[in-house]
Amino acid sequence: MRAAVALGLLVLAAAPLRAQDPIDRGVRVGITYTAGTRPRLVLLPGAGLDSVRAILQRDLDFSDRFEVLPLESGSAASGSTVNYQLYRTLGAEYGVDVRSDAAGVVVRLHDIGSGTVRQQQPFPLPAQSAPGFRMAVHRVSDEVVRWVTGTPGVAATRLVVLMNKRAYRVDSDGADVTPITPASETVLSPTWSPDGRYVAYTRFLDGAGPIMLHDLATGRAQRVFGTESQLNFTPAFSPDGRSLAFARTDQQGGTDIYAVNVTDQCCLRRLTVGRFADNLSPTYAPDGRRIAFVSTRPGTPQIYAMSSDGTDQELLAPYDYGATGPSNAPEWSPDGASVAFHRDIDRAPQVFILEVGSRRFKQLTSSGRNSDPTWAPDGRHLAFVSDRSGRAQVWIIDTETGRIRQLSLTGEVRLPHWSRRFGAASP
Amino acid sequence: MKSRSLLVFALLAAAACGGKKPAETPAPAPAPAPIDSTAIKARMRQDSINAAEARARAAADAAARAAAQLQAQLSAEVSAMIHFDFDKADIKPEDQANLDRKAAILKANPGLSIQIAGNCDNRGSDEYNLALGNRRAAAAQRYLINQGVSASQITIVSYGEERPVNPANDEAAWAENRNDQFTPTAGGNNLMAPK
Repeated sequence: MRAAVALGLLVLAAAPLRAQDPIDRGVRVGITYTAGTRPRLVLLPGAGLDSVRAILQRDLDFSDRFEVLPLESGSAASGSTVNYQLYRTLGAEYGVDVRSDAAGVVVRLHDIGSGTVRQQQPFPLPAQSAPGFRMAVHRVSDEVVRWVTGTPGVAATRLVVLMNKRAYRVDSDGADVTPITPASETVLSPTWSPDGRYVAYTRFLDGAGPIMLHDLATGRAQRVFGTESQLNFTPAFSPDGRSLAFARTDQQGGTDIYAVNVTDQCCLRRLTVGRFADNLSPTYAPDGRRIAFVSTRPGTPQIYAMSSDGTDQELLAPYDYGATGPSNAPEWSPDGASVAFHRDIDRAPQVFILEVGSRRFKQLTSSGRNSDPTWAPDGRHLAFVSDRSGRAQVWIIDTETGRIRQLSLTGEVRLPHWSRRFGAASP
Repeated sequence: MKSRSLLVFALLAAAACGGKKPAETPAPAPAPAPIDSTAIKARMRQDSINAAEARARAAADAAARAAAQLQAQLSAEVSAMIHFDFDKADIKPEDQANLDRKAAILKANPGLSIQIAGNCDNRGSDEYNLALGNRRAAAAQRYLINQGVSASQITIVSYGEERPVNPANDEAAWAENRNDQFTPTAGGNNLMAPK
């Protein structure tokens, strides 16, 4: 487990940058995880509810906040009292106890050290065969994470990905892979609305590509105002869900960023004036006031930022002119402190995190091709595309511990985007 | 003497008539058909017409073949791809003759419109490649306009890395896939060769 953590969470001291000291040759400091940073947690055995426990066990492991102790079934009595002494000898600090009640389950968080119940709450659950069952269990898990850490987990989230030019949604644990767009269409750049109700994407046609707003509840897709002509791509919602920023090609060969009021389907405005450069891949800061984006104004694509009205443009991610590889696919972190993106090192893209305040980088990956990072709503997990297993798959890394897992999907996967947390209304 | 011979002949003939089957006599040769000079002239005329028509047909066939060949050649010249270096949108010197010929054909055929589609290999970023493809299409468009082609004859699109000519993943395939493709959208038939 410790070995899995040391896998190259590399920190690069990036400033000051000098031409003879390109950032990919910078100082690398390995961050080694020590077991103490993750409290040991055990899911207490009990009667029934096997599938609930299985989902919770995996969610709590995937949260990367705990070392989840494996427990052989029947290894402890499932009586009404908890054998704190037994779990203390296993080194467990927390025990999670799940029992049936009339409407669903009652979950208790035991503090093993003090032998007390720290928190308990009933959670209504739909029938196991109902479509909302897994998501409801994921929400239970996210709440347990909040009880311990103060921050909810991200199990009750989904990713949207492209497989063979079709958009799919998939739960954060890899379950329930469901197509969103029909097989007859080619789509690009799928992105969630902040409320999880819509996925916006480019419908890729001959010589044009409107952005479609796809209502997941009805399955109906509506063309976004202002995207009728030309190729419109890399849509991104503002955090309040009212604006959609996107890139649009023109007939002079340029690409520029526009924004439209997507709630009222009006008010198209242009945010960049490229002339001799392309501007694309906008991503809003969580306060909605800044937009990071890709611009080719230095020759190669690099990461810039501007106010959401297009003013006050500046270079965001430092680079060495003529030495640094192309940098693309920025995504602003949910806490606003960082921007993740990928940058080519020896012609292979690698995932970087830029700390916005200090302008320092962390290079997260170094083996294979790793691209298109997208943040989980907790601002600590990142999903990205990697070919390290031989074909392009989504991998999820915990930036705190360096733990990494593959979201196994059947096809070649690209352009993932992670949703925000889903409310109870989502199936 | 003469009358005696006639008599004998008459008797013999009488005997023949009255008795058994007379000996066969050769049928008189048919009179040669009267020479119809009008028909001969008509036939000769027809023959010469047929020959002339065959010659004309052959000539027309040859001309049609040549015209079709020319059309095919002009179409191929209009459609011939140009190629780009990695992450570049600059017209290469070896593609200038190709584009010069396109410009000449477009100027000789004001009714001809083309769409230029810019394409990329799959190594760059997926979404950046959409912008790069558009720039590649615009590079050829700009070159043609600088050669005097009317801007109204050209539209540009980008397919990014979405429509590779060669789906393989090696240097040769990547080089093939970094291209501009040229497709007539109107007036692509009966092209006039440039003077």
